[in-house]
Amino acid sequence: MIRAIFHHPSGRIGGGIVLVYLVLAGLGALGLTPHDPLMQYRLDRLHPPGAAYWLGTDLFGRDIASRLMVGIGQSFFVAFLSVAAAASVGTVLGLTAAWVGRLWDGVVMRSMDVLLAFPAILLALLIVAIMGPGTWTSVLAIAFVYMPIFTRVVRGPALSLKTREFVDAARTFGSSTRYILTRHLLLNIVAPLTVQVTLALAWALLTEAGLSFLGLGTQPPAPSLGLMLSDSRNLMETAPWLMIAPGVTIMIGILGFNLLGDALRDILDPKTRGGRA
Amino acid sequence: MNLLTRRLATFPLVLIGVSSLVFFAIRLVPGDAITAMLGTEAGLLTDAQRAALQAYFGLDKPWIVQYGHWFWGLLRGDMGISVTYGKPVLTVILQRFPLTLELALLSMVIALLIGVPAGVFAATRNERAADLAVRIGAMIGQSTPSFVFGLLIIYVLSAGFGVLPVMGTFTPIWQDPLANLGQLILPAITLGAAFAASVTRIARSAMLDVLGEDYVRTARSRGAPARTVIWRHALPNALIPVVTLSGIEFGYLLGGAVIVEQIFALPGLGRMVLDAILQRDYALVQGAVLFVAFNFMIVNLLVDLAYFWLDPRIRAGGQ
Amino acid sequence: MTLLSVSGLHVGFGRDPKAGEVVRGVSFDLAAGQTLAIVGESGSGKSVTALSLNRLVDFGGGTITEGSIRLTRADGDVLEVTQADEAAMTRVRGAEIGMIFQEPMTSLNPVLTVGAQMEEAFRLHRGLAGAAARAAAKDALDRVRIPDVARRLGDYPHQLSGGMLQRVMIASVLACNPRLLIADEPTTALDVTVQAQIMALLGELKQETGMAMIFITHDIGLVAGIADRVMVMQDGRAVEQGALAEVLDHPQHDYTRHLLHAVPHFANGRAARQDGPRAGGAAAAPVLTVQDLVVRFPVKRRMFARAKGEIHAVERVSFDLVPGETLGIVGESGSGKSTAARAILGLVRSRGTLALPGADTRAGASQRPVQMVFQNPYASLNPRLTVESLLAEPVIATGHGIDDAVRARMAQLLARVDLPTNCLGRYPHEFSGGQRQRLCIARALMLNPSVVVLDEAVSALDVSVQARVLELLVDLQREFGLAYLFISHDMAVVERIAHRIAVVHAGQIVEIGDAAAVLSAPRHSYTRRLISAVPNIDRRHVRFTLDTSTVGSLLRPPGYEPPMADWVQVGPDHRARAEDTA
Repeated sequence: MIRAIFHHPSGRIGGGIVLVYLVLAGLGALGLTPHDPLMQYRLDRLHPPGAAYWLGTDLFGRDIASRLMVGIGQSFFVAFLSVAAAASVGTVLGLTAAWVGRLWDGVVMRSMDVLLAFPAILLALLIVAIMGPGTWTSVLAIAFVYMPIFTRVVRGPALSLKTREFVDAARTFGSSTRYILTRHLLLNIVAPLTVQVTLALAWALLTEAGLSFLGLGTQPPAPSLGLMLSDSRNLMETAPWLMIAPGVTIMIGILGFNLLGDALRDILDPKTRGGRA
Repeated sequence: MNLLTRRLATFPLVLIGVSSLVFFAIRLVPGDAITAMLGTEAGLLTDAQRAALQAYFGLDKPWIVQYGHWFWGLLRGDMGISVTYGKPVLTVILQRFPLTLELALLSMVIALLIGVPAGVFAATRNERAADLAVRIGAMIGQSTPSFVFGLLIIYVLSAGFGVLPVMGTFTPIWQDPLANLGQLILPAITLGAAFAASVTRIARSAMLDVLGEDYVRTARSRGAPARTVIWRHALPNALIPVVTLSGIEFGYLLGGAVIVEQIFALPGLGRMVLDAILQRDYALVQGAVLFVAFNFMIVNLLVDLAYFWLDPRIRAGGQ
Repeated sequence: MTLLSVSGLHVGFGRDPKAGEVVRGVSFDLAAGQTLAIVGESGSGKSVTALSLNRLVDFGGGTITEGSIRLTRADGDVLEVTQADEAAMTRVRGAEIGMIFQEPMTSLNPVLTVGAQMEEAFRLHRGLAGAAARAAAKDALDRVRIPDVARRLGDYPHQLSGGMLQRVMIASVLACNPRLLIADEPTTALDVTVQAQIMALLGELKQETGMAMIFITHDIGLVAGIADRVMVMQDGRAVEQGALAEVLDHPQHDYTRHLLHAVPHFANGRAARQDGPRAGGAAAAPVLTVQDLVVRFPVKRRMFARAKGEIHAVERVSFDLVPGETLGIVGESGSGKSTAARAILGLVRSRGTLALPGADTRAGASQRPVQMVFQNPYASLNPRLTVESLLAEPVIATGHGIDDAVRARMAQLLARVDLPTNCLGRYPHEFSGGQRQRLCIARALMLNPSVVVLDEAVSALDVSVQARVLELLVDLQREFGLAYLFISHDMAVVERIAHRIAVVHAGQIVEIGDAAAVLSAPRHSYTRRLISAVPNIDRRHVRFTLDTSTVGSLLRPPGYEPPMADWVQVGPDHRARAEDTA
């Protein structure tokens, strides 16, 4: 599997990016950053990129590179946690809706329709309104936004698998529902689910950055990519590195997951052509 | 029973679900509604005054009764009064909505005009250099958040050309179409870029699938030239996923242009919701969220209509 | 006059077409007005050869690596197809070489009307437009005997049946009077009676127009009625070619002989099995008795509304089965034969009595005496489970653990169905279609059943694989005393394995009895029609009569009970429904 990813051209790039980001985030979490991300070097405010500060400093003299490393960790934390929550709840809902059918299917899918009727950012804003801004708000908001998507992604294939002959065969043997659900349905959905999880991670990173850009996610002074970008707006002309560094960091991170997701789709599901880039 | 009647049948159901979700979600906001409404002044109220106010707004009744009142008001177009603007919620929303609608439409036009031809072109050059270039472009476009792209545009314009986009004020299209377009074109390109990238990708993969279908082979065996095969036989069949995606994206743009409106300082619906949340104007938040969700459902209905028009099998009531 | 001359054709796929060769050196000549049949199994390269003739193979990722294809055009010029550019080929396709395909259902564009697609052919090659094109399309549909043409032109493909669509395909190809028609398995996806109609139509049109035809099929029995010359292909090579009678009567190559003799061909009951347990008169007690089996599917008009009617999918089906016996259930698609099988396994709701007397008298009898083998060996095995897990599932379902005894049985059954016993760790995709079906059979036998329901169990397999699986089934039946319920649309296959036959039409059994008796002296009109439609090597250039009757709707008002049928006893073990008997 790992080898297949690294044989795929976009898998190699995407996997590489994600790996590098994970290492950076890990170093950031362990405090192994070039400088203290919260330390204000008053004398070196708005220092351009160079040997001392690789990516320069911000208005308060804080080291951008170090803040980016911690920010990546923050973004990944929110993205992984929210996607994990969305994927597990969505999978259970989609699987049971497909299998039980009838009323339960109707209730689950109409509820998902209700959630899907809210544009992602708006649903997030609503949750922010209830819980107030913060990291956990982002997690919950993103999880809520992606749960219906996972429910649909699981329900569709589960419905078609349900009518496949090997499920009929299992029923003629008298296999238990649990056995059929786990080994015949879920096991065959793992591939599309993996692809969807990877792509959802890309979107989650984007939504997290967007929320913190609006000041609704991670709160200062903790570093966050969106906030750094938002703060750069007024200093754009004097200190463009303030904008370029977090902007490019966000973009490449999302690109990494998108490339990895496409590669996984090619590898795990050779039937769906295209969509690669 | 066909798709359309099924959608129409569940429409009210989803609407009730959406409205109750919004209503009860707002009731989950910590602190009581009177404090939320009056802010710090609420501290000056006596207990009796507070109770009288609660009775006046019906806040002493059970939630379900309050919901009934609110829903009945909704049906008559009454969404309550915005505290910050001192005007009915619906009036405030309708003032802001034209800008957002225009922005969304403009971005969609840009996205489809770029995305569909690019996707079709890439599919017909499958695995060749031109295809690769389109795919790389689309991948980068899809991975660039609108706020990064928007800031880049502003930066390039101001640093490179010394121009700053007009911000702050907004000219409606019926006053000065040219000035209006000048204000909206950059935000629309910002939003349209990522949208175009998604359209390109989905159009390409749908076209690739369709080009492998038996009926395309049949058309070729009949001697149809490449042009006819692509535009007459393949494209109409590849449009369904493009329409689905466009519907979802358009719906998101109607409410999700928050960030771009913020960057370009446009007084649209998204920015209004953001301000309303920051200023705890819950009647407005409630009304606006419901309004956007309602629009989104209308867009979904239009998408279904498009399926209906595109595919005779759906018209006949398959699935 | 030679119309088409192919020599040393090599076609490959993929980045390195030389390495991925599918056609490896095919040569033949085709005279104007002549019909060449290309016969071969899947992977023999017969379809790729055909697609190379008009270079459609380019669009499927194929490349002609070697050889020449010379086509004599209408104006007398000779075109070297392998060197021609795309613009030249566009002018050839449709105008000079027409083509029809295997799946009529997917070969027409679903979003365009039948009329629009017909008119396109006239517009492209004859420059007709508007009303003239419409009139020409109408004429063309008349030529292929489509009833109610005016309405059909406005229909979309999904509104027509497979047989009708194949006629539309033929009509749109004939539009430009091509001098060569390539028919790539044009009847494989169709029911046998529809197949006979399409074959008859092709034969007639060939006479009418004098066009040449290349007819591609996997069924050597089908070529006798239509071909002048036959070419047999195997592994990308033409192993034998010659005049029809020459190839069929004096085959030179082993593979041709194998196709002619080892593969099941219909023989009007002469090939029926004679080892039936009822033969001596004193049969054992039945192991399965089905009495008045009824399956109905409610049809709803609107959500929440009451059912507007019921589809009578299976109507009062009764039969019994004794140990060691095979009952063949034959019928066309939609006849309800598979639904009946699923009802017996409890996969669909049904009414009627199912009795399994005597099922538990044998030693070590099973808790689940009825097992099933499905049609598609690719769909009936979970692709994510190993062979061991697949074989273990029935045992786990009964609540047993996997112990040494179970493992021993797995090994024994795998050996018995000729699969390597060391394949327990492998996944289904590592096996061929025939091997997978053997695996399914082994799995069905894990619980030592007394009855095995085989639902089109060999239909998805290549003809020579079919023959071997049928042999295996017969051997297993003798060894374990199994009773088979063998459901199939293929009369030739049923003839090889069944002791008794039940003919199903519109959800009901119309004729049942001893296989040889039913097949050699059919009594019910439907059975006769079915049997006369089966292709036969001995029936050379016999003209089929056109028959446009179709099965009526099975939708009945709610609560409707059809009247009891009267039966005629034809022979000692041969009964037919009284209506429509002769």
